[in-house]
Amino acid sequence: MVCAGTGCVSCGSFKIKEALEKEVRKQNLQDEVLIIATGCNGFCERGPILLVQPEGVFYQQLKVEDIPFLVEEHLLKGRPVKKFMYIPPKEKNPIPKMKDIEFFKHQRLIVLRNRGRIDPEKIEEYIGFDGYEAMAKALAEMTPEQIIAEISASGLRGRGGAGFPTGKKWEACRKEKATSKYLICNGDEGDPGAFMDRSILEADPQAILEGMVIGAKAIGAEKGFIYIRNEYPLARQRVDIAIRQAREYGLLGKNILGTGFDFDVEIVQGAGAFVSGEETALIASVEGRIGTPRQRPPYPAQKGLWGKPTVINNVETWATVPNIIRRGAHWFAGLGTKTSKGTKIFSLVGKINNTGLVEVPMGTTIQDIVFRIGGGIPQNRKFKAVQIGGPSGGCIPAKLMDLPVDYESLTEAGAMMGSGGLIVMDDKTCMVDLAKYFLNFLRDESCGKCVSCREGTQRMWEIVKRITEGKGRKGDMELLEELAIACKDASMCGLGQTAANPVLSTLRYFRKEFEAHIFEKRCPAGVCVNLIRYHVLPEKCTGCLACKRGCPTDAIRGVLKGVHIIDQTKCIKCGACLEACRFEAVETQRDEAIVIVEETR
Amino acid sequence: MITFKMNGLDVSAEEGSTLLDVARFYGLEIPTLCFMEGLTPWGGCRLCVVEIGEGPRAKLFSSCTYPAMEGLVVRTDTKRVIKARRMMIELMLSTAPYSKKIQDLASKFGVTQQRFEPRNEECVHCGLCVRMCDEQMDARAIGFQNRGYKRKIATPFDVKSEECRLCGACMYVCPACSLRCQGPNADTDICNACLQVEPTCLDVYDELNCWMYDAGRCGTCVQEKK
Repeated sequence: MVCAGTGCVSCGSFKIKEALEKEVRKQNLQDEVLIIATGCNGFCERGPILLVQPEGVFYQQLKVEDIPFLVEEHLLKGRPVKKFMYIPPKEKNPIPKMKDIEFFKHQRLIVLRNRGRIDPEKIEEYIGFDGYEAMAKALAEMTPEQIIAEISASGLRGRGGAGFPTGKKWEACRKEKATSKYLICNGDEGDPGAFMDRSILEADPQAILEGMVIGAKAIGAEKGFIYIRNEYPLARQRVDIAIRQAREYGLLGKNILGTGFDFDVEIVQGAGAFVSGEETALIASVEGRIGTPRQRPPYPAQKGLWGKPTVINNVETWATVPNIIRRGAHWFAGLGTKTSKGTKIFSLVGKINNTGLVEVPMGTTIQDIVFRIGGGIPQNRKFKAVQIGGPSGGCIPAKLMDLPVDYESLTEAGAMMGSGGLIVMDDKTCMVDLAKYFLNFLRDESCGKCVSCREGTQRMWEIVKRITEGKGRKGDMELLEELAIACKDASMCGLGQTAANPVLSTLRYFRKEFEAHIFEKRCPAGVCVNLIRYHVLPEKCTGCLACKRGCPTDAIRGVLKGVHIIDQTKCIKCGACLEACRFEAVETQRDEAIVIVEETR
Repeated sequence: MITFKMNGLDVSAEEGSTLLDVARFYGLEIPTLCFMEGLTPWGGCRLCVVEIGEGPRAKLFSSCTYPAMEGLVVRTDTKRVIKARRMMIELMLSTAPYSKKIQDLASKFGVTQQRFEPRNEECVHCGLCVRMCDEQMDARAIGFQNRGYKRKIATPFDVKSEECRLCGACMYVCPACSLRCQGPNADTDICNACLQVEPTCLDVYDELNCWMYDAGRCGTCVQEKK
């Protein structure tokens, strides 16, 4: 099974698959070995990934030229190849089986249950793993009220970020009297560092369709839309195939499974605006207008698409629904914490060993996610904070590592669940710079309707930028706070109301860093270029010329075996010399001869 | 009829009216900028925010777009509301410091300083001109371009619009580009002198005694004479 999620595809997994097919034919094994392109396995750090079933042997970081050897050894002679297996950092022995790897061991797969197991472009395989069982049950045996009661009892909350109880939303829409109602699946995932929706769309599109049919029966809708952002071509293609196959099998369209229930789904492609993930903006976008939010109430469940009651749920929510109906609300409610039930997918990115997608029960601590599953921080650096919930989320510092991840505790800590992007940061991340990064994203992506959000994010960015340039003034922090609170209070939609979170949470937990930038004019993490200076330590420099070669602006002077000097007027502080200095050719780590000195101006 | 509470008063309103309508009907003052009767409410300037709900769950909403609903608890003048309004005024003032209308608002709410770098863009994106052009003039010659800080109001593709009849309605409704302050230091001050000083010339117009003579007559006394 070759992983064909976007992460592995970009590492060349389609080429691996081609090579495999060729090699298998060459060895005359085509009747015994079936090669399947699956959805994302989640362990994107190690792509391209190959899984050999039924033993469950896990190969990683393969290259096309490795394939002949692999096929000969493993498939023909039955000897698993150790050198392509996963070796955890700090250990020497490879782990052959997928289920024994720490990254996979602690996960609880519900939404992602079919990942790495089925070919997302073949409906038969989905059906083979209990697919459409829940839909049949919902259509044939349950009344709409029963479905809603089941979803309410399961305690499922919207996975898009705000955590609104799904059952309640459906019920509100069910109660509305209207000639037609609509369903929308929100796949406009735009947070930097979040890709769980993409992964579901690519790995298990049928589960979303099944969830939507169940939802349609519950609220009485005839038509659904899947809104996929423009940047996900592979997802769009796979959902398109899934819809066509489902129609062929009579699982979508008129008279589904002979129960007399009609429902069809259409794909709508986004046009690249982050704000279109907000539900009212999304509706405007589906209707063909500019994606700007409007005032709620009336809520979409009352007046949504073309003024008709509309239920909008996130991709992950829809994919959870069939599991609840199939296995019962009681089972689902048994997972997670008191207020947040079930599992949640997080995308682990940033300074972490095991980048990828993980699905864990609600209430798992950040410590467990980052260290047990994520494998800790590369190069033994110190864990500083996690940024959770994307640009609207907040930073949670290392001292709150034992925080259980659920909707309430995150909001209390000043972050939010958001879509579930977890960006891990080590001690080389400057929090002021991080706030600047997110504000830059937000000022770009704000729709520009409200003064509070358009001007607020722009002005906050200006102030934070000024601070990182060493031009911070007394009173900047207070002004930032005041502005952030006004932006949070006065904005119309969720984007503006949460746009201040990156500022507020960094100010709350890392105030000292802001103070260092403003009053002492120094950047403790050594990131803000105007506040640092690179300097060669004469006693450590061996004169190897590595830094000189790496310098893009010829700022380093020196001869072989002589101490180098950095010309500060030419230096653009890119850090290339530091990178070059850190490793010697003989693979042993050496003390850095180039250090970051705090600028004293 | 819908009944709810506004500033502690029991008020009743007709179905379909907004909170701003109700407040104005009961004589409660709420400042607005992007609101104009005859145009659809926009909710962009955030000046008309009011606090809805009680306790920690209370939130701010723009009253011009919020429908009156049974059982609401609305407060129009809480500290939180005033603070938000003042920040909005300061933000708009930093974008369009010369606008008379915004200066007046600033003086009314006691916004005496402007802590952001002035940008002198004039446009505050209130969308009045866009809505005027669309809804009243039926032309749709101008619209919004881009989003976020790059947002601007322009004709499609920035070329002269064939739909535009040069009626000037957009300029007429604009709060920023018309009616600049004509005071002595218009370029540098947030002056508002006209609001703070009692006019002395209400009885008879006299060129020698008119303190507005250099800046241009304000016209108050002429109206009074009628």
